Amino acid sequence: MFGPLVCKPGSSRNNKTGPWRTELRPKFLKKECIACNMCLVVCPEACISGQGKNNYDFDPDFCKGCGNCAAVCPKKDIEMVKEDSA
Amino acid sequence: MKELLEGSLAVAEIVRLCKPGVISAYPITPQTHIVEELAQIVANGKLNAQFVNVESEHSAASTVLGSVACGVRSYTATSSQGLFLMAEVLYNIAGMRLPVIMTTAARAISAPINIWNDHQDVVSLRDSGWIQFHAEDIQEAVDLHLIAYRLGEDKSIMLPVMVCIDGFILTHGLETVNMPSQEEVDKFLPSYKAPYKLDVTNPLTLGPLVDPEFYTEARFALNETHKEALALIPKITVEFSKVFGRNYNGLIEGYQMKDAERVIVAMGSVCGTVKDVVDELRKKGKKVGLLKITSLRPFPASYIYEALKNIPKVAVIDRALSLGSFAPLAAEIKAVFFGRPKMPKTISSFVVGLGGRDITRESIKEIFRLLTGKEKQGEFIDLKPELLKESYE
Amino acid sequence: MKEIRIHARAGQGAITTASLLGYAYFLKGMYPYAFPSFGAARMGAPMNAFVRVDSKPVRLRSQIYEPNYLLIVDHTIMRGFNCFSGLQEDGVAIINAKEGAIEVPKIKAKQKAYLVPANEIALKHIGRPLGNTAMLGAFCAATKELNLEDLNAAIKHRFDLKLQEVNIKAAKEGFDYVRSISM
Repeated sequence: MFGPLVCKPGSSRNNKTGPWRTELRPKFLKKECIACNMCLVVCPEACISGQGKNNYDFDPDFCKGCGNCAAVCPKKDIEMVKEDSA
Repeated sequence: MKELLEGSLAVAEIVRLCKPGVISAYPITPQTHIVEELAQIVANGKLNAQFVNVESEHSAASTVLGSVACGVRSYTATSSQGLFLMAEVLYNIAGMRLPVIMTTAARAISAPINIWNDHQDVVSLRDSGWIQFHAEDIQEAVDLHLIAYRLGEDKSIMLPVMVCIDGFILTHGLETVNMPSQEEVDKFLPSYKAPYKLDVTNPLTLGPLVDPEFYTEARFALNETHKEALALIPKITVEFSKVFGRNYNGLIEGYQMKDAERVIVAMGSVCGTVKDVVDELRKKGKKVGLLKITSLRPFPASYIYEALKNIPKVAVIDRALSLGSFAPLAAEIKAVFFGRPKMPKTISSFVVGLGGRDITRESIKEIFRLLTGKEKQGEFIDLKPELLKESYE
Repeated sequence: MKEIRIHARAGQGAITTASLLGYAYFLKGMYPYAFPSFGAARMGAPMNAFVRVDSKPVRLRSQIYEPNYLLIVDHTIMRGFNCFSGLQEDGVAIINAKEGAIEVPKIKAKQKAYLVPANEIALKHIGRPLGNTAMLGAFCAATKELNLEDLNAAIKHRFDLKLQEVNIKAAKEGFDYVRSISM
């Protein structure tokens, strides 16, 4: 008999971490972005995507609201804002 | 073909015939001759395998974990403290359901340091999830390795198997062994085809973190598989005897049990000595017998029940201790009978042969003698009380 | 069943002696169980090797306490140990020593003890003081358990070509030595 034994790849997709966010979410201002890719690289959930200047955004289904992207952005073009703000 | 072989060399030869792709081991007395010989065999090109030299037993176990996870038949061997250094990895190998086959040259454990034979090392690992076989003689040691590969790699089982052979007594003893041919081995043991393996083109994860939602089921399944192995072992040994002509049931073996009134239960090489004493006492009209336990894990409880239920007096020989509690094999043999309709009048427990203390005919006769009296609980045989008076003051 | 106990020091080839003896019996279709017993695991430490042989497979795993035959590869061990302990009433002992070099231990009426200068024989033929094969030749003559051909076959199985020849010569001289003194 075999119980839960092996994991096929991609199983993280079934584990939506969006509800882990408490008060803040990132807001991509898309004004000063130089497409350095830093936000994409530091995101622990790999939920930021985008290509080219002022074209990056995050996936709210997976973003845990850690703020790493905002902290790393050299142009301060990402802000952490209240969850229900525009 | 019949040959006179040292136990270690016979084991190395049967491992060669099983054609593992990876061997990794760290030398420790009394396992050393086995892996030295295998290293030589690989170096001489007589086996197309990688012999991975490592810096410790922990690494040896980790190496074969990895190689079997990649779908390659693998082998390792160890003993005593080496087995304990492997312990963490051994639980992982079983939990990840990887059929590693390992020879354990059973040896005492530290402290005090002692390189000679008993069963304290292997018996300590009885709950690791590994199937555990105990060999009585070199021929059985050879045959159990074949059975181990066949059983462990069965798609319904996928468990690691430990073949325990008594250190020095079997590893360093020379005996007549009937070694099978490559054709016979190939007939009995197909090449290993892993039902799951690490493969970059088809990725998966083995041994991930499992939260409380899944963990119980993983361990439940492991436990159930041991029950399934209990049913499969006798079927495999039937096939074994068809190919090789030697009969085992792989779980237990009775000797002169039919009308026996006093029976010793034991594991490993001491069973040979017990058989000789049984023959001697039978000639004098004493109704004595032996029940040999070949498979400690899975524990063949129902077979043991059937074998012993009508025996008036039973003695269990432990070559190990569960410090602070009952001798381990005796405790399990007793557990077989609780709440069942029939049971022996007495089940006595004896501790014998620790750290290479010789088990003579006299030791065994003493146990049979003591069986005529009251039930004994963890009684040490051949203990030297005069040594206990020594003091550090 | 016959039981043979070998007394030696670790490094003197007692295990080789036991396995040669075992192999010679094996070639006769017997079932030997040859095994060592180590003390301190270092060279020079007194140790034993044993051969137990029968016409059916040997199951008894204990050491040998009442041997039929004794092979004492190093007579200096006799200073500290009673090597003759438990020797059968009609037992035979082969001791590696020159005549007159040691005091022959007191033995029982039917027991026999042979002194064989096995080291001298080995030095002559092999060039090293490894008297095992000379001792075994003496064993064949003294016990008549095996004939020299059985022993030679075992030597051929064990050693490569160069060592075969010299060991067979040593065995023959050990054999002849005992035959000459026992007549």
